[in-house]
Amino acid sequence: MVIGPEPVAGDTTTLVAEETTAPPGAAKAIEGRSLWRIAWIRLKRDKIALAGGVVVIFLILGAVFAPFIVALLGHPPNEFHQNLIDINLGTPIGKFGGISKDFLFGLEPGSGRDLFSRIVYGSRISLLIAFLATAMSMVIGTVMGVISGYFGGWIDAFIGRLMDVFLAFPLLLFSLALVGVIPDRAFGLSGVSLRIAMLVFIIGFFSWPYIGRIIRGQTLSLREREFVDAARSLGARGPYIVVRELLPNLVAPILIYTTLLIPTNILFEAALSFLGVGIPAPTASWGAMLTEASHGLYQVDPFYMIFPGLAIFVTVLAFNLFGDGLRDALDPRAR
Amino acid sequence: MTENLLEVTGLEKHFPITRGIIFRRKIGAVRAVDGIDLAVQPGETLGLVGESGCGKTTTGRLVTRLIEPTAGRVVFDGRDITHVSAGRMRPMRREIQMIFQDPYSSLNPRHTVGAIVGAPFRVQNIKTPQGRKKAVQELLELVGLSPEHYNRYPHEFSGGQRQRIGIARALALRPKMVVADEPVSALDVSIQAQVVNLLDDLQKELGLTYLVIAHDLSVVRHISDRVAVMYLGKIVEVAPRDDLYSRPLHPYTLALLSAVPVPDPARRDAAQRERILLVGDVPSPIDPPSGCRFRTRCWKAQEICAQQEPPLETPALDEVTAGHRVACHFPITPEERTGRGAQQAREAAAAVGEADD
Ligand SMILES: Nc1ncnc2c1ncn2[C@@H]1O[C@H](COP(=O)(O)OP(=O)(O)OP(=O)(O)O)[C@@H](O)[C@H]1O
Ligand code: SF4
Ligand SMILES: [Mg+2]
Repeated sequence: MVIGPEPVAGDTTTLVAEETTAPPGAAKAIEGRSLWRIAWIRLKRDKIALAGGVVVIFLILGAVFAPFIVALLGHPPNEFHQNLIDINLGTPIGKFGGISKDFLFGLEPGSGRDLFSRIVYGSRISLLIAFLATAMSMVIGTVMGVISGYFGGWIDAFIGRLMDVFLAFPLLLFSLALVGVIPDRAFGLSGVSLRIAMLVFIIGFFSWPYIGRIIRGQTLSLREREFVDAARSLGARGPYIVVRELLPNLVAPILIYTTLLIPTNILFEAALSFLGVGIPAPTASWGAMLTEASHGLYQVDPFYMIFPGLAIFVTVLAFNLFGDGLRDALDPRAR
Repeated sequence: MTENLLEVTGLEKHFPITRGIIFRRKIGAVRAVDGIDLAVQPGETLGLVGESGCGKTTTGRLVTRLIEPTAGRVVFDGRDITHVSAGRMRPMRREIQMIFQDPYSSLNPRHTVGAIVGAPFRVQNIKTPQGRKKAVQELLELVGLSPEHYNRYPHEFSGGQRQRIGIARALALRPKMVVADEPVSALDVSIQAQVVNLLDDLQKELGLTYLVIAHDLSVVRHISDRVAVMYLGKIVEVAPRDDLYSRPLHPYTLALLSAVPVPDPARRDAAQRERILLVGDVPSPIDPPSGCRFRTRCWKAQEICAQQEPPLETPALDEVTAGHRVACHFPITPEERTGRGAQQAREAAAAVGEADD
């Protein structure tokens, strides 16, 4: 052997001593530091992302415990308080849209319903639809992306075109048309739950290509890595390779882009509600509140528009900040 | 002469180059491996050496049947595995394993060392009497790692340690044969020797048979019994180790040997001056030169070299031993190995192609 200083033949023990010096800091930690742990350490340093995450948690808790919160701090969302409405103008009595310690966000013009309760209840609709739709996109997108990237060839070409079609689909027009023809009850559902199901389907079924494309790209590059060859040389079959070797490496991108898709879907749901395709009255939803406000009311009572607008803005921003931070923490390129 | 453990004849792998997505048209082929013969006896180490892109990895992936040959035959342990299905190949995979070139991409970053080294047992569904964890820890010790590394992740290890993890995985099933694809190329020079020595020790301990791939002749010198030199998808010379290093017959081998790094710093400058530098690039494997593939860079090339492909055979020369085969119309003569001859070869090699300019 002529490379390097010739070691004493067979001295594997001495070279182990020198080669096994663990990386600094890991010396005592026998339990390995997984990439998840490292990402978490990085995320903890990212204060903006953490702030986003905290807001997201509060929003979710708020939606889950809406009845308790409202019982404590407000009035039932569909309870009228017309005695607090100026009969001539139709606007709430008092400054700033009637904000008081009884009505934290003021009142709805005309009916006098508690805006705070309606915003809190509205978050249920927004988050529920966005979460379910995103989960649907995630499942379809991951399955299609992995199939496309793993098998390649004409399957990949076919799924690629399919994604193009879905992304180019005139979705708003389609949903407007769908509402016109949808019956009052279908699939054993009716009323609000039918609408929710429809919105989840429309949003989820048409936004999977966003995730699908990313997962396809990642699968394509993972497939070429030698650890896949190593698994195959051990005799591993396709399902083993996908589930044990590829998927663990796909969890991070799935998580990142799912988080980033949620705010997009919240906006989408708001837009559909705004166009009247969303949840029917009297159920509270942010988009529908904006529609109401936009019918001229915001000129006399701007607070009626500000609160639902702010709710959407804060929610979308929080999810985006958290998602961006998650991406920075998990991004393999930073490693 | 014992039965060969691995026998490869006329092996070819042509990667098609296609156009179009749904309607694919074949517009050519990369002739990565283009008709090679190899034989490895039990307990022996065959070194396979050649420049980057000459088809070494493809050869390794063909004999381990990660990819299917275009033509030729691969016989392992008396069984023809050339076109055997993935399912039928599965049990045979216990007997032939591979160590990979890149220690950074050959270990799944999301798995612990325990999961990586234990994967062979899981995939092949093998019961380990002492328990899987114990079995893995024994393997870690075997390759010189601490059993306490069981729960660590690959990114916590150096390149050399990672390569040891890869070696442990390859040995888990107690294979008869191991194909090591440039096992040390990605490592620091100071660590290369350690890993090569480990491979050597393991061979003695476990009675392994090796096909060791490398891109320069120095790495395989220590462990190989025989060495094969590859150029552009073909074997150009194969010989018992000492014959190849002391009496190279192919001009390409001579050039490779002159490029072997010299450990003694006092002699390094002189060695640099003695180096035969080949002019020009390796031709494309899509459209290799006619006749002898080395002729575009060979200083001894003559007309016949472009017309006839030289067969790989033992030339009828006094000094040549039985197992020494070369594919060249004008093998290197003893005079060319003297100081003066080498000087002439250097000048001639540097002048190749000048006439065309
Ligand atoms: N899957 C593939 N599809 C098309 N061409 C390929 C494929 N794999 C390898 N090749 C080509 O085949 C040739 C030989 O590749 P191979 O990887 O076997 O070379 P190598 O000798 O191992 O090189 P290196 O020292 O860089 O590892 C190269 O030209 C390469 O581009
Ligand atoms: S056959 Fe001709 S071109 Fe090829 S190596 Fe020998 S002398 Fe050179
Ligand atoms: Mg290679």
